[in-house]
Amino acid sequence: MNREHLLKALAKGVRYDGRKLDEYRPVKVEKDVSHSAEGSAKVTIGATEVIVGVKMGCEKPYSDTPEEGNLMVNVELLPLSADRHEPGPPTQEGIELSRVTDRGIRESKALDVKKLCVTKGELVWNIMVDACTLNDDGGMFDAIGLGAMAALQNAKYPELEDGVVNYDKKSDVGVPLDRDPLPVTVYKAGPHLFVDPTIQEQLFADSRLTISVTRENTIVALQKGGPGTLTVADIDTMVGIALKKAPELRKAL
Amino acid sequence: MEKVIVKNRDVVVPGEVLAEGMGFVPGDGTYREGDNVRAARLGLMGVDGKVVKLTPLAGPYVHKVNDRIIARVKDILMTGWRIDTNSAYSAVLGLAEATSDFIPRGADLKQYFDIDDWVICKISKVTSQKLIDVSMKGPGLRKLIGGRVIKVNPAKVPRIIGKEGSMISLIKEGTGADIQVGQNGFLWIKAEPEKDPKVEAAIRKIEAEAHLPGLTEKVKELFK
Amino acid sequence: MSYDKRFDGRQFQELRKMEAKVGVVPSAQGSAMFKIGNTVAIAAVRGPREVRPRFMQDPTQGLLRCHYNMMPFSGHGDRVRPGGGRRSKEISMIMEQALRPVINLQDFPNAMIEVFVELPQTDAGTRCAGITAAAMALAHAGYEMKDLVTSVALGKVGNQIVADVNYDEEAYEGEGGSTDIPIAIVPSTGEVTLLQLDGEVTQEDLKKVIELGTKAAADIFAVQQQALKDAFKETA
Repeated sequence: MNREHLLKALAKGVRYDGRKLDEYRPVKVEKDVSHSAEGSAKVTIGATEVIVGVKMGCEKPYSDTPEEGNLMVNVELLPLSADRHEPGPPTQEGIELSRVTDRGIRESKALDVKKLCVTKGELVWNIMVDACTLNDDGGMFDAIGLGAMAALQNAKYPELEDGVVNYDKKSDVGVPLDRDPLPVTVYKAGPHLFVDPTIQEQLFADSRLTISVTRENTIVALQKGGPGTLTVADIDTMVGIALKKAPELRKAL
Repeated sequence: MEKVIVKNRDVVVPGEVLAEGMGFVPGDGTYREGDNVRAARLGLMGVDGKVVKLTPLAGPYVHKVNDRIIARVKDILMTGWRIDTNSAYSAVLGLAEATSDFIPRGADLKQYFDIDDWVICKISKVTSQKLIDVSMKGPGLRKLIGGRVIKVNPAKVPRIIGKEGSMISLIKEGTGADIQVGQNGFLWIKAEPEKDPKVEAAIRKIEAEAHLPGLTEKVKELFK
Repeated sequence: MSYDKRFDGRQFQELRKMEAKVGVVPSAQGSAMFKIGNTVAIAAVRGPREVRPRFMQDPTQGLLRCHYNMMPFSGHGDRVRPGGGRRSKEISMIMEQALRPVINLQDFPNAMIEVFVELPQTDAGTRCAGITAAAMALAHAGYEMKDLVTSVALGKVGNQIVADVNYDEEAYEGEGGSTDIPIAIVPSTGEVTLLQLDGEVTQEDLKKVIELGTKAAADIFAVQQQALKDAFKETA
């Protein structure tokens, strides 16, 4: 019943909070919110809130990539943030969010892992990005993607003294970032396409497409999700929406 | 020494001393501890003669007989339906209480209420172990068709309804919407898509400012 | 060489700067943030809900279940692996026991109330900040409570008894070492609902510590009360 009502509203181009179908809720990015982290950011999109922290460590590189540092992206759907997130090991939803966010940054080479090398074969920097949801009112893919980029922009290397990290001393050197890829997720309910769903809208959507877009407007990652189908025309429209929306989101960084 | 410590309609927190003296009677939401009457939950303090009581500002819904609630059918049983009441406890709607019509033996219960149907019903029984029976027999109790359901803080329901329904009528008149309020914090709204955001906005405003004066005027402003 | 001046210049009984706010997780039934110095705790209350696993349910009253967790980037040095561990489990349990005595859960047989405490940034005193935030969140959610619970991390650093230990003091390795004494108190009665000790003290010391704790708790309690009331102030 709720779903039919939503479809009727979307057919008229109106959403429950008065937004248009291609409109985001107010987006806010706050950097440096956790002093325990080497870099951090808090993103709010409407009532959705997520905090992202970057930790950095120095270790031996993997034997097959002796000149490269490592990037790891993890998403914690905290049970604090929604009734439907229960305590326990990562769920499919959490794992998908982690891997999609990871790919958006990794595949675009937004972080140049070669520049993370300290001594070839001996010591490289590992960058660990953790996103923790604080209030899940839908639209987490985009909130987390934005938060991860903001936290990385905020990150500064801790001082390295004789191969050992001194977390009490922060340098003023940032990590090697470029291209600023950001995800825009377009949802489909019935025949209607819309961005930034509230949790009610998200739970009634049939499918979605997450499109990661760089500053140069190229597409570096795609993820279709949900049990429904997308037509070829849908995909083209959704990508068009993403290319239009990504620069708007990027302004918040 | 008999003294009221807190002002009438002040927001008080658990443990706060509301009044001193053995002459005061601890009413709902308060308790006596030695010479003092203290608050037992977050609420608005009220004094009525010698009775000190509290209007709760929050709290989970506690089922009471005769409460009208809005609920969702979540399962079909042998002799009735199981209903989700927006709490830790589900309720049972028995065959005999489902409708004034006669339900023949072996009938397909889905024809009456199917899974994910929403209904307004009345609580007819609550045991100490929170086994709950509901009934659909009564004026206005029915299956809800169309519209959508939103959740509100159950403690704010009285304010949303208003004295003799005055507040909810304001919203209905201002938006042309049909609204049904469940004591359990579920609200059903049926409005034109353009008016729908205004209905929810008004309800959220009442939820947020239930404890403040002048709310009726502020809500009227929303529909000017 | 004794500890006669605190690393951050505070008086021995002085608490770090505090900040508290409720309603920080809008989708939860109740929630609160408590910050003391650089330690930040966020608590959210969800429920009442069915007990999982079922066999643990209590037919006479509701259960209170706490979950304490440090966010991966909240530790002092290395990243903290998600999933908690034995330390988190123990802290979750003592938090439950610190809060349980003040709440009435008679109206919720076979159900449970869950309190989730997450820390985005830490500088010692995390379980105390967590309990302080959790008490506010439970009150904010509207549960019947005879009082709040207030918690503070006391300690003996060198030969000095102090209130609100920070990370550097916890790690003090000078003469006398560092003893960590978290305590939780019911403000109206002075009853103790949490007491742990990790180090070495005499019986006399312990008496002084608890006395200091009761005084410190009063300051923290005032912050808790104000945060709850501020949520209902008329906004301009």
